[in-house]
Amino acid sequence: MLETIWFVLWTLLWAVYFVLDGFDLGLGALMPALAKTEEERRMVYNASGPFWDGNEVWLIAAGGVTFAAFPTVYAVMFSTLYAPLLLLLFALILRAVSYEFRNKVDSPVWRAIWDWVHFIVNLAACLLLGVFFANLFMGIPFDVNGVYEGNLLKLLNIYGLAGGLFFLAAFMMHGAIWLTIKSRDELQTKALAAAGVCWVAVAVLLIVFLVLTFFCTSIFGNYLRMPWLIVLPALAVLALLFVPRFLNKGHLWLAWSASGLFLICVTFFGVMGIYPNMLISSTDPAATLTAFNGASTSNTLEIMLVVALVMVPIVLLYQFWMYRLFSKPVTREELESDHAY
Amino acid sequence: MDVVMLSRLQFAVAVFFHFIFVPLTLGLSVILVWMETRYAATGDEFWKRQVKFWGRLFLINFTLGVVTGITLEFQFGTNWSRYSEYVGDIFGSLLAIEATVAFFLESTFIAVWHFGWDKLSRRAHCVCIWLVAIASNTSALWIILANGFMQHPVGYTINEAAGRAELTNFTDVVLNGYAWGQYAHTILASWALAGFFVLGVSSWHLLRKSHSDFFHRAFRMVAPYTLALTLILALSGDEQGKAVAQHQPVKLAAMEAHWHTMNNAPFYLFVWPDPANQTNSVEFLGIPSLMSWISYGSADAEVKGLLDYPPSDWPPVSEVFWCFRGMVALGVVFLLLAFAATWQRKREDICPHLLTGLVWNIPLPYVAIMMGWAVAEIGRQPWIVYGLMRTSDAVSPVPASSVSISLLGFIVVYSILGILDIYLLRKYAIKGPDAQEA
Repeated sequence: MLETIWFVLWTLLWAVYFVLDGFDLGLGALMPALAKTEEERRMVYNASGPFWDGNEVWLIAAGGVTFAAFPTVYAVMFSTLYAPLLLLLFALILRAVSYEFRNKVDSPVWRAIWDWVHFIVNLAACLLLGVFFANLFMGIPFDVNGVYEGNLLKLLNIYGLAGGLFFLAAFMMHGAIWLTIKSRDELQTKALAAAGVCWVAVAVLLIVFLVLTFFCTSIFGNYLRMPWLIVLPALAVLALLFVPRFLNKGHLWLAWSASGLFLICVTFFGVMGIYPNMLISSTDPAATLTAFNGASTSNTLEIMLVVALVMVPIVLLYQFWMYRLFSKPVTREELESDHAY
Repeated sequence: MDVVMLSRLQFAVAVFFHFIFVPLTLGLSVILVWMETRYAATGDEFWKRQVKFWGRLFLINFTLGVVTGITLEFQFGTNWSRYSEYVGDIFGSLLAIEATVAFFLESTFIAVWHFGWDKLSRRAHCVCIWLVAIASNTSALWIILANGFMQHPVGYTINEAAGRAELTNFTDVVLNGYAWGQYAHTILASWALAGFFVLGVSSWHLLRKSHSDFFHRAFRMVAPYTLALTLILALSGDEQGKAVAQHQPVKLAAMEAHWHTMNNAPFYLFVWPDPANQTNSVEFLGIPSLMSWISYGSADAEVKGLLDYPPSDWPPVSEVFWCFRGMVALGVVFLLLAFAATWQRKREDICPHLLTGLVWNIPLPYVAIMMGWAVAEIGRQPWIVYGLMRTSDAVSPVPASSVSISLLGFIVVYSILGILDIYLLRKYAIKGPDAQEA
């Protein structure tokens, strides 16, 4: 029971990470398409300026919880997926630095370099997260000793790539909607248009991804066994359908929330689909790690549960407060202040 | 090179690079709390200017500290998966608690503090820096509790069937005295480092008579504080040495290049260890019984020598010895500098030699802190968890080629970022405070 609770909490942490960091990663990947002038670029940087750091901690929490609650899963997952995780790491390092360094030297070349870095690493991070999760849904080749029997290219299979593109499109849509909230006038119009284009891409890729999921994974098995789980994909589709409606009516926060709900439901759809497995071995079923054979002792799980149940709501509360504090569109005056990115 | 050595090197690169940024974050946050509380209490714009100037340096430094920290959390899984599996039941929870209790708080409120000058009242803004300082110093506590478990494991039992260590007493893990000693020493060192950083940057400006009033007041404020910290730091180092003597006698023997077990062990001021021949080629100016006294608090205590243990249980002797000596020698330099700075702080014309010395001293606390951690970590070898698991058994089953490539990646990326960061810190430190800030 404790293991199942932690499995759900683990999924929730990843889902929250995608909702929060998803928009700033997606926005970074959209930067060259949206921002043509220096002022527009700075608007985009500052639209996610106060948020990216706190958002990234959800990844650290998700990683830390994998370690604490499912140490064996953490050990085998992180060592078998060595290459994509280190690439993600480098991308996140450079992402942070591009925010912090870009505006610190008054030179167009310096800024142009960081703009390129920012675009490439955000794009890469979106793709890598998608490839990573698609491969988790499908299973990866490793033996009972946790030795990986493939290479990086093996992860870039058709399903992994579809997952990467799907995540990229979903994060870009999420980011574009965020920018409609945080900008005005021309930039806001462009962000609205981009959100629309991304929405179409998400819808198409969602269908492609679901069809491939049917052929490449056994995720749907759980849905046949536990039909009530159908509520997850149903809610995902519903949320996605509401995104353009809210956007058209100018309910920007609702549109962003719907897009966030979509990401949460998609995450739960995939991860609950493999329950109780956490890391499926595609070569040796005996090597597959589950929430039960990969978990910590119930002693540790109980202590961690108390910590999580107390701390996560508190974190959500103060992060909610801080989102409200910085919810207004970025203004020109703010860009002129000495603390803007 | 084999995968163990490559993985150790990669972890060393990652952790040392991370620790270039951490101590200044820990220490400067406290000084910023001090300055901004004065601003919040009095409304004196002078202190706001101080906060803004040092705060800008703080933020440049902070970002790299954050992102290089993620590397470490990933590394346990990517490169030390056997270790993670073996002790994850205990070690993992400490890292997870660090993230949920401290890191969220720090990362959220640093942003509120950074961007919130015009959105919050003076007092509310001040509360933010308090939260950042408390969170970052709490974050260090959980990380060092995790490290403390590797140094002196407590509160666990070995489950032979599952082949891993399992948590039996969480309170013991959290109240691990060895870890608290390490924490005290690390925190004091970090606060002192930040004190010397402020003294050094202020001295640079005082030498050039730029913004003299601004930097003289910073100097005056921080000098006695740094002296007090350096003094307590020395005492905590002594305590930590005694804890090492008690729990890790082999490490102590390596720190002192002490080969033969003896009572009334002397301390030699000049030693040149020769591990190949299991002796010291130079031992000069011995103070009788001093090593026994500083290790165990009594002059006739027995100090175990390296030769009492099989060489397979020794850490690399020369590295540990020289890092320890280097750290202590630098500690003496810091005491002298802090004393001189405190002595002269109120003079209008502080001795230019002292100011020059303080400028050149800026990197030295970093070196000392690195040496201290090298003693702690290299000195723990060949164990990853002292007495429980050997480093060679802890490494991931990944090919050496993968680790070579990632190690190369770390060296290249980190070198570039390190150089840029120092360039920016220097640029903004030299630029001085903005004059027209309202």
